[in-house]
Amino acid sequence: MTLIPIEKKVLSENQRIALSLRERFKEHGTLCLNLISSPGSGKTTLLEQTLGGFSPQEKVAVLTGDLQTENDARRLARYGFPVQQITTGGVCHLDGKMIERALERWSLDEIDLLFIENVGNLVCPSSYDLGEEGKIVLLSVTEGEDKPLKYPSIFAKAELLILTKVDLLPYVPFNIEQARANARLVHPGMEILELSCTTGEGMDAWSAWLAHRRETMLQRICIARA
Amino acid sequence: MHEIGIANAIIEAGQAETARHAGSKLLRIGVRIGTLAGVDNDALRFAFAALTQGTQLDGVGFEIQSCPRRNLCLGCGHEFESALYSEPCPRCASEQIILAGGEELDLAYVELEEA
Repeated sequence: MTLIPIEKKVLSENQRIALSLRERFKEHGTLCLNLISSPGSGKTTLLEQTLGGFSPQEKVAVLTGDLQTENDARRLARYGFPVQQITTGGVCHLDGKMIERALERWSLDEIDLLFIENVGNLVCPSSYDLGEEGKIVLLSVTEGEDKPLKYPSIFAKAELLILTKVDLLPYVPFNIEQARANARLVHPGMEILELSCTTGEGMDAWSAWLAHRRETMLQRICIARA
Repeated sequence: MHEIGIANAIIEAGQAETARHAGSKLLRIGVRIGTLAGVDNDALRFAFAALTQGTQLDGVGFEIQSCPRRNLCLGCGHEFESALYSEPCPRCASEQIILAGGEELDLAYVELEEA
C-alpha cells in the first residue's frame, strides 16, 4: 500500500480554464466582471439600467446564467448589445467551461466590457473562478443586513458590494450602516455603493466606478506590456 | 449545493493519479475541505458514495480532513484559528483581520495498492 500525496485543487481543471480566459481578456483589453447575488437582488435590473445608459457605439456584452428559461437574455437583449443566456439545467453556478463555450460565438475584439450575471446564489458561484477581472456582489435592502456574515466567502472575494433597492429603505427594517459594517468586517476596506434602479439614485456613482475600473485595468495592462 | 460536481472532480482526479501508476488499484482518496469552502461534508460523502456505487470504484475509501478558518492580523502578522470574522487579534488586539485559510478544496492524497 502506498500513500501518494497530491496537493492539488479539486477544481484545478476549472482553474486552468479560468486562467486561460483571464489571459484572453487581458490580451483583448476586455474588462470582465462577475455579478453574484441571491436570486431577486436585482442583478438583471441593474444590468438593464446599465445597458440603457450606454451609447450604442460602446462594446458591451452580457452572459447571463440561470437554471432554466431565456427570460433574462430576452430582457437584456432589448438594449441592442450582444447577450447570451447560459442555462445550466440545474447546476447552481457558472463554471469556466460554460464561459469558454459561450465565448466561441463572439470575438473579444468586439467586447470592451463583459458582464457575467451568475446564477442567483451566494454560495457556489464564489468557488468558481470564471477568469473575471473582478467579482461584484449585490445585496438588496429587502434581505438581511447580516448576509455578509452568513455567506462570508463571496463578500470576502468580491471587490465591490452594491446595496440595491435603497428606495425601499423607509419601508423595510434593513439597517444599512450595520450592513456596511458587516461587509467590512468580512472584507476590510471593501468598496460599497448604494443604488436604486427605480429612482436612479447612485447610478452615476456606479457608472463612474465602471469607467474608473476599466481605466485601472488598461493602465495595468500597459504597464505589464511596457 | 454543488457537492455532486465536486465529488465527480475528486473521483476523476483520483482516477487520473491511479492511472499514472500502472497496474495499481485505488484504495482511498483524501481531501481537505475548508469550513468556508461552501461544501457540506455529509453531502459530499453521500455524493461520493452515490457516484462510485456499482462502478469499479465501489468501496474506495474517502477521507475528509476539515480545515478551520484561519485569520491573519494585518497589525502584527499573527495567524490564528477563529470561527469568527469579528474576533480581534489575540496577540495585539488589532481588528484589521483578513482571511488566511479555511477555503481549502484540495485533493490531499490517494492510497494505492501497487501491482
